[in-house]
Amino acid sequence: MWDAFGFEFVNFYLIPGLVLGCIYALGAIGITLTFGILRFANFAHGELMMIGAYLTWTIMAVITATVGITIHPLLAAIPACVVVIYLFFWTDKFFYKPFRNADTIKVVMASFGMMLIIRSAVQAIWGPNQLTFVPGIAKPNQSLMGWTGDIGAMLLIPNKHLLIFAGTIVFVVVLSYILNRTRIGKAMRAVSDSPELAHVTGIDVDQVIRATWIIGGICAVAAGVFLAMDIQLLETTMGFRMLLPMFAAAILGGIGKPYGAVFGGLVIGLAEELSAYPWIGDAPLLSPGYKTGVAFSIMVIMLILRPQGLFKGRAF
Amino acid sequence: MSARVLSLDNLHAGYGQTEILHDLSLYVDPNEIVAIIGPNGAGKSTAMKAVLGLLNINSGTVSLNGTQITDTPAAEVVRLGISYVPQTKNVFVNLSVKENLEMGAWTRPDGVEERLDEMFTLFPDLSEKRNQAAGSLSGGQRQMVAMAKALMVDAKVLLLDEPTAGLSPKYRGEIFATIQKIKSTGVPILIVEQNAKQALGVADRGYVLVDGANRHTGTGAELLADREIARMFLGGGH
Repeated sequence: MWDAFGFEFVNFYLIPGLVLGCIYALGAIGITLTFGILRFANFAHGELMMIGAYLTWTIMAVITATVGITIHPLLAAIPACVVVIYLFFWTDKFFYKPFRNADTIKVVMASFGMMLIIRSAVQAIWGPNQLTFVPGIAKPNQSLMGWTGDIGAMLLIPNKHLLIFAGTIVFVVVLSYILNRTRIGKAMRAVSDSPELAHVTGIDVDQVIRATWIIGGICAVAAGVFLAMDIQLLETTMGFRMLLPMFAAAILGGIGKPYGAVFGGLVIGLAEELSAYPWIGDAPLLSPGYKTGVAFSIMVIMLILRPQGLFKGRAF
Repeated sequence: MSARVLSLDNLHAGYGQTEILHDLSLYVDPNEIVAIIGPNGAGKSTAMKAVLGLLNINSGTVSLNGTQITDTPAAEVVRLGISYVPQTKNVFVNLSVKENLEMGAWTRPDGVEERLDEMFTLFPDLSEKRNQAAGSLSGGQRQMVAMAKALMVDAKVLLLDEPTAGLSPKYRGEIFATIQKIKSTGVPILIVEQNAKQALGVADRGYVLVDGANRHTGTGAELLADREIARMFLGGGH
């Protein structure tokens, strides 16, 4: 059974699908929080993921050049997060805040402009060539392989994927703690619920918005770095390519619902990878080239049939 | 003047260019329930929004304990001690009852836990529902949550915008009883009401608003006994 189809299905479709799902989930958290609290679809979110990965690469390169050691991308991602959070603050102050009381479409267009500005800036600074954190082939974790091989279901999971799984679980647990147990997290849910009431309740809405950018920024950098670790390359279009599946994930889970975004991310990631599995006959069900189409189809179907998403988020 | 908790003087205000309040003056003294009644569109709710700094004030002043707070932003007004319960959407539906009260205490520097206990004593029905989402409660219970939420700060005055709108007679009675209980804790209340008869029944004083100005003022009993007012607002089913 395992040899007949399980080995291939689990190692080459299910696990990559979960990895991709984790990355989508982290990105979609920021998108859904921004939509819930600031009430607009932030098109620049993917670019902030991308620039987070580039900054991480730069910090690694600088440390290698000066100290001579190669640090892990996740370590270099910490200072990158600080920079990206300030970028979020800065774009909010100059590009989004002036439109806070205007029609939503204006701030959406502003974020679209930000998306182009950030990508062009990265292309100008880092150049159009692909980069990578760590070259070479990632080998499966040997002890996991041996242990699962002994019980007859051998798993080939490289360490980077184990890190992505663990990292995503940690982020979701911490996010859940913040939203449900801390004062600022509860205020974020309150503002998402009703900004007008939050205002006349005396809640400091600006502080809530800053917290939203911080959490969204950290999740975005994590998603960008995880993506670059997974595909082992950085390119300036990586953020844009993630944007559609991340929106699909946020819509599937219900706009404004962080857990929905996590669930939606995992579903979209799995759906994309599993669509290429040879379910019927020997050929892939859908050519891998159509993967993005899968996310797009799910998004369109959800918008038609259930625009509030699976977890009753806000309808468009 | 120094005794006045809240006072609106010669207020002209409205939304954008549209002026809704034309020369409105009213006040609330300590330990008073003051009711604003009047027909639809008379500017009753608008008067409250003017206090909250939510609309354009063309002329006139709003004062709290003798200090001018005209045009102060809402969040600051709340911090100064004016608690406001809007007519609709007055609870965070996705937050639990307890979380709603915690949000009400946002501007409170300390003693939140003690205040929560006091509120659950004042609103015993809410105590057993403290971990339930506010959105799952009935209309009357939501109104209780909204009032408790507003009282989480040490309010100098409580503003209630039509607290009994859309409620069954049973709950209406309960809300008015609660309002009297709140008064007994020392918080003066300004209330806008459609149910004029019941509101004037509990109010120490009342204002009848017509076309954005106060047409009649008097004690609750005086207004209830006034034949013109009775003909205008109190007749019919009330």
